[in-house]
Amino acid sequence: MSLQGKVALVTGASRGIGAAIAEALAAEGAKVIGTATSEAGAAAIGERLAAQGGVGMVLNVGEEGAIEALVDTIAKEYGDIAILVNNAGITRDGLLMRMKDEDWDAIMDTNLKSVFKASKAVLRGMMKARWGRIVNIASVVGAMGNAGQANYAAAKAGIMGFTKSMAREVGSRNITVNCVAPGFIDTDMTRALPEAQREMLVQKIALGRLGDAKDIADAVGFLASDRAAYITGQTLHVNGGMLMP
Amino acid sequence: MENIEQRVKKIVAEQLGVNEAEVKIESSFVDDLGADSLDTVELVMALEEEFECEIPDEEAEKITTVQQAIDFVNAHLNK
Repeated sequence: MSLQGKVALVTGASRGIGAAIAEALAAEGAKVIGTATSEAGAAAIGERLAAQGGVGMVLNVGEEGAIEALVDTIAKEYGDIAILVNNAGITRDGLLMRMKDEDWDAIMDTNLKSVFKASKAVLRGMMKARWGRIVNIASVVGAMGNAGQANYAAAKAGIMGFTKSMAREVGSRNITVNCVAPGFIDTDMTRALPEAQREMLVQKIALGRLGDAKDIADAVGFLASDRAAYITGQTLHVNGGMLMP
Repeated sequence: MENIEQRVKKIVAEQLGVNEAEVKIESSFVDDLGADSLDTVELVMALEEEFECEIPDEEAEKITTVQQAIDFVNAHLNK
């Protein structure tokens, strides 16, 4: 129970990788607040985490002032956030030739700007505590590119650059900032891909299978713990050997 | 109630991890007390909390000494 008593915020925790991360941190003893975009989603998170004292809350990361308000509410009710996992993300895939400005902007707002806003909002509490862990969920696509995902890849690569800069800024306060870059994980997001594309992807994965959400959650749990105290500004690739950067 | 000078000096000492006796009215945070840029940001945040005020960035940049911090607080609280 290495995270006993620590308050952790996981965005986009209603399903897939975010849900697995929330459960992993709760299993280590953290007080986990998981967010969803809907009331029903938040309630479901609350039920899943209830045994470990976790709660679900509504957050639409693109909504003006929403992240700041949520961080305030959490601080008042449970104490300052010690662990932030920026996981919330969406896709708006399409070939560049046909990509609309709205598709680009939606990805930048939800996948990249939200990381900036949430990280900034939790920083005051972490600086005071002289302890903090921020883990940003990037993607293998941010490192290798992917046809049809120029917007997504740009946002995910942006997260990696943001992570390195922030790690340099706040390292002296014992706050670490890292990325976990999932490869192709078996979630709703990748289930949306055509079967033929999935099969082709698997052939490029050294371990010969898609990843499990728990594979990502374990990496996040490690980076959030004291065992990773001397790791900052890094991107941990969890992709079954699909990319070896 | 301590006066403003004492409260400011106490916060400066706490934030910068220096002995309160070292904090003089003319002390510069960076040159005399060894603050880095992040320390000065934290210091401004601590002042905001102590005196329940908002210090805009362009004002914050001008606060580089204990005296300037005291002056800002005095000017602000008189309003």
